[in-house]
Amino acid sequence: MVDRNNGRRNPVDRRVPGLDADGAGAPMRSGFTAEQLQAHIPRLRRYARALTGSREAADDLTQDTLERAWVKRGLWREQAGSADGKLRAWLFAVMHNVFINGVKRTRQFDSLDELAAAHPEPAAAGASAETDAAFADLQAALRRLPDEQREVVLLVGLEQLSYAEAAQALDVPIGTVMSRLARARERLRQLLDEGGAGPQGLRRVK
Amino acid sequence: MTMHAVNEEKLHAYVDDALDADERRAVEAYLAEHPDEAARVRAYIAQNQALHRLFDPVLDEPHALRVDTRAVAANSARVWRMLGGFAATLALGIAIGYVARGQFVRAPGPAMPGIAQQAVLAHAAYLPEVRHPVEVAAAEEQHLVGWLSKRLGAQLRAPSLAAAGYQLLGGRLLPAAGEGGNAPVALLMYENAQGRRLSLLVRRETSNRDTAFRFSQAGDTGVFYWIDGPFGYALAGNLDKDSLAAVARLVYQQLNP
Repeated sequence: MVDRNNGRRNPVDRRVPGLDADGAGAPMRSGFTAEQLQAHIPRLRRYARALTGSREAADDLTQDTLERAWVKRGLWREQAGSADGKLRAWLFAVMHNVFINGVKRTRQFDSLDELAAAHPEPAAAGASAETDAAFADLQAALRRLPDEQREVVLLVGLEQLSYAEAAQALDVPIGTVMSRLARARERLRQLLDEGGAGPQGLRRVK
Repeated sequence: MTMHAVNEEKLHAYVDDALDADERRAVEAYLAEHPDEAARVRAYIAQNQALHRLFDPVLDEPHALRVDTRAVAANSARVWRMLGGFAATLALGIAIGYVARGQFVRAPGPAMPGIAQQAVLAHAAYLPEVRHPVEVAAAEEQHLVGWLSKRLGAQLRAPSLAAAGYQLLGGRLLPAAGEGGNAPVALLMYENAQGRRLSLLVRRETSNRDTAFRFSQAGDTGVFYWIDGPFGYALAGNLDKDSLAAVARLVYQQLNP
């Protein structure tokens, strides 16, 4: 095997010998370990679920994101520092790219089906039914947002990224994040007001 | 907005608890005087809370996802598996093509069967890829065309097939294969509103000898191929011959306006 070849091999290749059969958990010279990445799965799944509206599409999106992030891990330290919160924002950036490049088609079909299936039923009497209806309304309303608005409202409102982190994850200026966020929230409010929950549905959740 | 520094952005920052104490007090004072705005802000806060109540349970769900530390190997294995799966179809197609060559291939050029084969194979391999049909999406068309042109060593254009109802989905680079020599090969993928996909393979041709359209078929996949200037083209799709011919003509017209 040739080992010194003028640095022509890329960083991933160079790391392969260290991986052996199971590199998980072994400290790497790369930006993060498999265990560190693993720890982010629940929140990546949560975001993906809200983004795609389907468990299957969300898990596909998350798995693809994990693979891509792992392959690209060498880029991480240089670009984003090493704080855990920043790793999270970087992972959302990876997921954003996987999402806009790949999942669109699946998601559109899913959402058409599920939009029909999950169309909110009129709120029945009783707090629990009313709450369920409000959530169904929210899911339906989310699906009616343009992707770019849904991403922002979820990254900020659900994943609690700072505006700067959301801008980084979506690769847009912070002003764009703010304007999308404002449009998304106002659109959601209108959709929810039109929906079965009415003005007292979601607002009462507070 | 009356009070200084309370604008739309501040209201959202208030919703997201991203203000310091002074700013928060300023917003609250503003909201106290503007009940409509206060109702709007309450609705936004309720949205955040509802998002958490709706999706936080996902955090605790059992799942089978894991970090595959051999992701690269796994991906290429997937591609090879797919290529293997289509090898039988291709072999059948080549056999059919050979038997039928008198009918379809008017003047067999040495390089052409190679490009047709490669187009059919690539089309078959990436057609079922819902998530990763292309390396570079059409949203980055300029980048895509620039990148592929650079790799092919000649200016490539992505023809618009909108007239036939197909939109550019994106493209990828394929390894050089077969009789085509060492030049890389570009694959552009198009999709119509029904999700039907067409693959347009483009590679450098050294013969500099234009040819007529030729047709071949492997399984369900038909392919029209031709040489036009520095490039050889092969358009593959699971369409009937006439429909595919119409799109192939459109490609030709687009590239020779």
